[in-house]
Amino acid sequence: MQTNHDQAIIQPRRSFWTTFLIGVGIMAAVDEIVFHQLLSWHHFYDQATPAISLMSDGLLHAAELIALVAGFFMLADLRHRHAFSVKYAQAGFFLGLGCFQVFDGLVDHKVLRLHQIRYGVDLLPYDLVWNLVGFILILIGVGLLSRARKFTAIKATDQNH
Amino acid sequence: MLEHAPQENLFTYLPWLFISLMLLAYLRAAIGQIHQGRQWSRWRILSFISGCLLLYVGLTPSLQPMAHHDIRLHMVQHLLIGMFAPLALVLAAPVTLAVRSLPTSTSRFIMQVMGSKPVRLISHPLSALLLNIGGMYVLYLTPLYATTLSNPYMHHLLHLHFLLAGYLFCWSIAGPDPAPHRPAMRVRLIVLFLSMATHAYLSKLMYAYEWPKNTPHPTEQIQAAAQLMYYGGDVAEILLAIAFFAAWFRFSQSQVKKHKKRWFSISKPFAYLFSKN
Repeated sequence: MQTNHDQAIIQPRRSFWTTFLIGVGIMAAVDEIVFHQLLSWHHFYDQATPAISLMSDGLLHAAELIALVAGFFMLADLRHRHAFSVKYAQAGFFLGLGCFQVFDGLVDHKVLRLHQIRYGVDLLPYDLVWNLVGFILILIGVGLLSRARKFTAIKATDQNH
Repeated sequence: MLEHAPQENLFTYLPWLFISLMLLAYLRAAIGQIHQGRQWSRWRILSFISGCLLLYVGLTPSLQPMAHHDIRLHMVQHLLIGMFAPLALVLAAPVTLAVRSLPTSTSRFIMQVMGSKPVRLISHPLSALLLNIGGMYVLYLTPLYATTLSNPYMHHLLHLHFLLAGYLFCWSIAGPDPAPHRPAMRVRLIVLFLSMATHAYLSKLMYAYEWPKNTPHPTEQIQAAAQLMYYGGDVAEILLAIAFFAAWFRFSQSQVKKHKKRWFSISKPFAYLFSKN
């Protein structure tokens, strides 16, 4: 009997988006668990949030939960098919982490004003650190992605020779 | 409690009686299947038993008067009866078991009912969502909740609605039972997403604006109940999402075995759900 391994086709694009979803879900969960629950820097509801922003909050919350569950099942599926590309997956994970961090920092905190990072303090350093960390994560992701692309390009030329 | 007339006592134990009958019927049919040498998963039996246990706890007769005074208890009941128990019951595939165990003519009738227009209409994920979460919006954002506090019949009706609407919703999203006209996976995923979002939204609205209004409950109690609803609802919805993606995963893996290397899109409908049962 032939195993699936022999005929496996690596799926770089799918590997990338799978871990991107997981990255988004994990960063959102870290935000909720660490900052809401453990530090209680921001709260369940902060008295300044209008009803319409609560709706977008609900949509975001649902998206992150589904991203987490979907991501892990897709990861398991890829592994079972031997179609998982580790290099693309690493890039996707860091980009997922970073994109959520920056989205949360700019859109949620500043545009929608869902909540601030912390109350009763000068916000500027908090906002700077928050978004800077996000941008660094995105840069790491971009670096990993170009490395993954180069690696596949080299492999492809090797096979051609 | 002593001043209750015997009739009234019987009435309060009616939910427990119904659960017991349901459980007995399921167990009898499942054991019948195994005795005939046909497969019936132990996990499904376990799932049905846990669903019934959750219902027993949620519908404990002595809990009813207490829940009238404390909305947090009402919310625990709501979570058990309307979200956790229905999922466990749906995953036990009771309709599949009934179709297999009952005489052919009755089974055919059940299948006809399942495929009929009204069932098709009501079991669409969107209508199930409207009945389930929409019903909650009506309950908590209108004077309906206050009415259920004074009227015992309304109270029982409310619990029945929680159970039926919750069951309908879980079945329409991720039930293993036959669903001849179930829409594509993409549609069900969007509805699941909407249900998570609207449930979270409702509980935050209740927390922020102290709904349900005109009740004897103090503000802190309502806020605690809203938080229970938010986090408890989260756990229930994650479990439903896991059931949904686990079904997709099984389908996807079966396609690997069948077609070896062909790739199947996540948006493919669950063809196996139509054929298998």
